[in-house]
Amino acid sequence: MDKSNKSGAEALIHSLHLEGVDLMFGYPGGAALHIYDAIFNQNYVDHILVRHEQGAVHAADGYARATGKPGVALVTSGPGATNAITGLATAYMDSTPIVVISGQVKSNLIGTDSFQETDMIGVSRPIVKHSFLVQRAEDIPDIVKKAFHIATTGRKGPVVIDIPKDFTDPEYKFEFNYPSEINMRSYNPPEGADTSSIKEAADLIATAKRPVIYSGGGVNQNNASEELTALAKLLNFPVTNTLMGLGAFPGSDPQFIGMLGMHGTYQANMAMHNADLIIAVGARFDDRITNDPKQFALSAKKIHIDVDPASVSKIIHADIPIVGSAKESLTALIEELKCRDLKTNESDISEWNEQIKNWRDAHGLNHSLLEMGAQNGKILPQQVIQSLYKETNGEAFVTSDVGQHQMFAAQYYHFDKPRQWINSGGLGTMGFGLPSAMGVQLAYPESIVSCVTGEGSIQMCIQELSTCLQYGLPIKIINLNNAALGMVKQWQDMQYGGRHSSSTYENSLPDFVALTESYGHVGIKVSKFDELESSMKECISLKDKLVFLDVDVDPNEHVYPMLEAGNAMDHMRLSKDEKTW
Amino acid sequence: MKRVIALLMENQPGALSRVVGLFSQRGYNIETLVVAPTNDATLSRLTMSTEGDEKVVEQITKQLDKLIDVVMVTNLSESEFVERELMLIKFTKDSFPENVFDETNIVSEDNEIINVQVVGTSLELDKLISEIDANNPLEIVRSGSLGISSDEKTLTIEN
Ligand SMILES: Cc1ncc(C[n+]2csc(CCOP(=O)(O)OP(=O)(O)O)c2C)c(N)n1
Ligand SMILES: [Mg+2]
Repeated sequence: MDKSNKSGAEALIHSLHLEGVDLMFGYPGGAALHIYDAIFNQNYVDHILVRHEQGAVHAADGYARATGKPGVALVTSGPGATNAITGLATAYMDSTPIVVISGQVKSNLIGTDSFQETDMIGVSRPIVKHSFLVQRAEDIPDIVKKAFHIATTGRKGPVVIDIPKDFTDPEYKFEFNYPSEINMRSYNPPEGADTSSIKEAADLIATAKRPVIYSGGGVNQNNASEELTALAKLLNFPVTNTLMGLGAFPGSDPQFIGMLGMHGTYQANMAMHNADLIIAVGARFDDRITNDPKQFALSAKKIHIDVDPASVSKIIHADIPIVGSAKESLTALIEELKCRDLKTNESDISEWNEQIKNWRDAHGLNHSLLEMGAQNGKILPQQVIQSLYKETNGEAFVTSDVGQHQMFAAQYYHFDKPRQWINSGGLGTMGFGLPSAMGVQLAYPESIVSCVTGEGSIQMCIQELSTCLQYGLPIKIINLNNAALGMVKQWQDMQYGGRHSSSTYENSLPDFVALTESYGHVGIKVSKFDELESSMKECISLKDKLVFLDVDVDPNEHVYPMLEAGNAMDHMRLSKDEKTW
Repeated sequence: MKRVIALLMENQPGALSRVVGLFSQRGYNIETLVVAPTNDATLSRLTMSTEGDEKVVEQITKQLDKLIDVVMVTNLSESEFVERELMLIKFTKDSFPENVFDETNIVSEDNEIINVQVVGTSLELDKLISEIDANNPLEIVRSGSLGISSDEKTLTIEN
């Protein structure tokens, strides 16, 4: 079959099939119609019709984050392509492997401002790992092969394939040959371990007195969670994860000191600030972590393991740079440590762990809020997350949108496994939660997939409720309804004298229960604390139904701790009226 | 200090825009930029100069290297290298500075206008420009820097 003659459209679908793709998300239109016809005539690749192209790309992204396999989206030219842009930027910032195929106007019309023409390659250039404009139908198999190779190797990322309509014409057929391997002289990402500095790294580890392992999304992306956990266990060093790195080390393990950074725990930020050794793995010292880089962890030596050479010493100088795969480099490091019969400063380390415990006891997050009942007659958003955690035994996939609810989910749901927590950390894209949950649910039909959202974010891609009905996706939407763009309001409270400029809706919110029901799903409203746990139970128990749990939470709650901008990591606000400086 | 970075990239549509786009996207200040195909028609060589400090240049080099179309990058200013620029200058005949240029510089001449060409380091060309300022040249065109390492190192690939 492989060698038979195919049109460009057939070659495209067949190439996807040979790449192991069995699911794609998309939305049709003129420039993509030849491709859609080829989809109709085969049954290797299922196509999920979304309601907005942004949803298609987020869904492909969610699928990729949950499975580790590349996600695929298909859109038409012009508005289809531009609607995909937010999804591409989201995937780019979090380095997720997706391939987005866009139809383009016929090649002879390119550059003439023809109907639905957008320079997709130009528009997407700064937010893709790479892109291809197809120049001949015969090149399609080769380009697909390259696109998947680029998306899934090295530091992963989105790749665009833009295909002018004439190159998918069913009338034009050519001999289909799928390349079995690929050789690109200009692309050779680091693959194995970088062992050049492993000995120096081990020396630093052996003498460290106040070490911290700080790991990020790269560990999850590279499936290096096992190795990271093994290293931490071997050394008894405390571990903190970034927002993107949650789940790489079990969130319920006592050695885990919580997320770090902007809304990280007190003990994680204090540990970073006071450390004498930071072992950074698959993390990039983003500004949401370091606060002022000039005042960042000044007494710490830094070992930085990352697959992207450009991330190392970009913001914070790495004393020991290790540029290679996290998985393999960690393995090499563990071997080196075992081989030299490693001795750490055990008494110093236990003193350090004791110090961290004291910090945790003093200002750590309270994980028993649920037991405390209503607070001033209101439900705290944190309590909703704790209830979700309890009813799902900590085993659900949790996607989220962006805002306070996202931070509460990250802080209060203890993620024990990598790929369990799926959120837009780098771009911070409101609207990501529901469509990404669709991708996760399609990949894992038997698992509980919940989307923690806010009444602001959910309205950015709410039309996907219709997609969820069409394909029977029983997502549990947990809406922390504070009747405001809460995170914006929090900043306005703190920095703009409480002037809530355009962050509330003046009673214009829809009735989410009725709205969900009109889409054919189940809606449940919770406004009293006493209903919270029973409603959550009911929501989770409705296995085959999408449930929208609309919970009225305390609108005045802020997310804490919060780093104070322009300072070191030990400058935190701990509540509305407590700060560390 | 002026730093010169040279790279080889696939001679493909879109490749140049990725390189140039990277500069603005990441806020790098580029002073000169020269691009031309090499004798291997599948490759173009791009040379750029910048005043950035070492750290910035290291980031630029790494980010360029990450672009899929870029085959090889080198920071020429890391070791001994030769930097040259070509400059064309247009004078009216009456204001032509005869003491500065000789016959070999003149590339065209008619009743009113003389065009000259000069090759030198960017610094030499800067100096020359201030020297001839009083002669009110009608137009000055500079090519931007090219560079080549002084030792046996080359920026080429084996085919
Ligand atoms: C697409 C997009 N637009 C704007 C923002 C800026 N922003 C960040 S959080 C936020 C408020 C989110 O409100 P909601 O979803 O209700 O969450 P809450 O903070 O109330 O929990 C806004 C507007 C963003 N992150 N994404
Ligand atoms: Mg809200």
